[in-house]
Amino acid sequence: MPSAPPAPAVLAVSDLHKAYDTLVAVDGVSFQVGRNEIVGLLGPNGAGKTTIINMILGVLEPTAGAIAVEGLDARARRREALARTNFSAVYAPLPGNLTVAQNLRVFGLLYGVSNLDARIGTLLAEFDLDRLRDTKCGVLSSGEQTRVTLAKAFLNRPMLLLLDEPTASLDPAAARDIRRRIVAYAAADGVGVLWTSHNMYEVAEVCHRVLFLSRGRILLEGDPKQLPAAHGQQTLEDLFIAVAREPLAVRSAG
Amino acid sequence: MTGALRRTSAILLRQVYLLRGSVARFLPLFAWVAVDMVLWGFITRYLNTVSHAGFDFVPTLLGAVLLWDFFARVMQGVTTAFLEDVWSRNFLNLFATPLSTGEYVAGLVASSLATSVIGLGVMLGLATAVFGLSFFSYGLALVPFLLTLLVFGLALGIAASGLVLWLGPASEWFIWPIPALAAPFAGVFYPVATLPRWMQLVSRALPPAPVFEGLRAIVAGQPVPATALLVGGVLSLAYFALACHVFAWIHRRAIRVGLIARYSAENVG
Repeated sequence: MPSAPPAPAVLAVSDLHKAYDTLVAVDGVSFQVGRNEIVGLLGPNGAGKTTIINMILGVLEPTAGAIAVEGLDARARRREALARTNFSAVYAPLPGNLTVAQNLRVFGLLYGVSNLDARIGTLLAEFDLDRLRDTKCGVLSSGEQTRVTLAKAFLNRPMLLLLDEPTASLDPAAARDIRRRIVAYAAADGVGVLWTSHNMYEVAEVCHRVLFLSRGRILLEGDPKQLPAAHGQQTLEDLFIAVAREPLAVRSAG
Repeated sequence: MTGALRRTSAILLRQVYLLRGSVARFLPLFAWVAVDMVLWGFITRYLNTVSHAGFDFVPTLLGAVLLWDFFARVMQGVTTAFLEDVWSRNFLNLFATPLSTGEYVAGLVASSLATSVIGLGVMLGLATAVFGLSFFSYGLALVPFLLTLLVFGLALGIAASGLVLWLGPASEWFIWPIPALAAPFAGVFYPVATLPRWMQLVSRALPPAPVFEGLRAIVAGQPVPATALLVGGVLSLAYFALACHVFAWIHRRAIRVGLIARYSAENVG
């Protein structure tokens, strides 16, 4: 009996380019995020991480290349691809003039979440937001706002979760709690997570694989626990600094 | 509820939440138009007493102010709903969802309809109860009058929102004076024939002009200029279709050059 064809990767990015006139922000990036996989997208500021995430989210058009979410072309089948995707980013807080519950309701409708009341109730409890449900997001602390954007990111039970520094504003205890929650979510139901962070200890803890990005290109790729030693560095942070300072030297050493 | 309707209703619901939770947003829906009604109501009353010609200024002047304020409310209903997303830097969150440009614009239109109806109701109530304006005196022509102004107001609101999306948040100050700039050409208070030739040419391109010509014709006991009114209605529909296309084009351009992302994220690098 023939076996079923393998399920497509949760995210497949092929030869992605983005140029603004003469400035090349992303230069031929290809990678995949598999099921139940957390992939770290690392690199110094301006390396192209946020540009890549914006292109996956459909809010920035690639100059060339292809993006597929669960085998769906993100451009041709934008609506279906985005219905399976969600994101959380420190630079994209939810509108401060709506309450936590109102924001979740509006975005729940936009993502077509079924049983929305129940889903909102579950997320408010999961992210410890119950007591803040009728508080306007604009008056929340940065850590509370981060929890709200994470709750929004989980609203539609996305198969692809894009997290741009998801724990940047959280205290260590809350950050650990959120990390555990995301890891548990990624372990179930074939979900894939693309995670950017400048916290290399966090990346080493949660990511199955990391991609080092510099000047719009992927320089290195591998297991965050083995990659530093393979490039003559003691820790992931040392490797990050080496990549940021001497990207060409690191690449040739690899 | 279909997916498209659900997403459109999300944009409307967001506006309902904002209005419900903020006096500063709810009050202007009817406060300024009410002030206009009172001011122009007394002006028309005064003019009636000094003209001695037996001419009733109420249906001409007060009716014109009411219709023009309705048009301005419709336009600003669209732009204000759009600007809420500019002010709260919400584009990245919104357009990273399955929401399409058409559904977003439909949500802005629905928000504008809801807020404009409130303003229209307050104006009608005041003008009728305090100053004796009877909208029934315009007969069935009132329907095309309102529809033409509604559709053209929506078109201008959508086009103005596109302008802000293109030029950036600071350009919102371009869009507030648009109704005031259009009023002299639209012949709100005087026949278009009063205007110099070049202004008359501009008037012909404005759907509100035949509405106010028609209003004055009815008050003067003349037949409604049906052909001109029809042309105005068709023109307003054409402007609406054009505005939707222009907004979609500007949105596509914003996606291409990274403006949607930059409205929210300072760093697209």
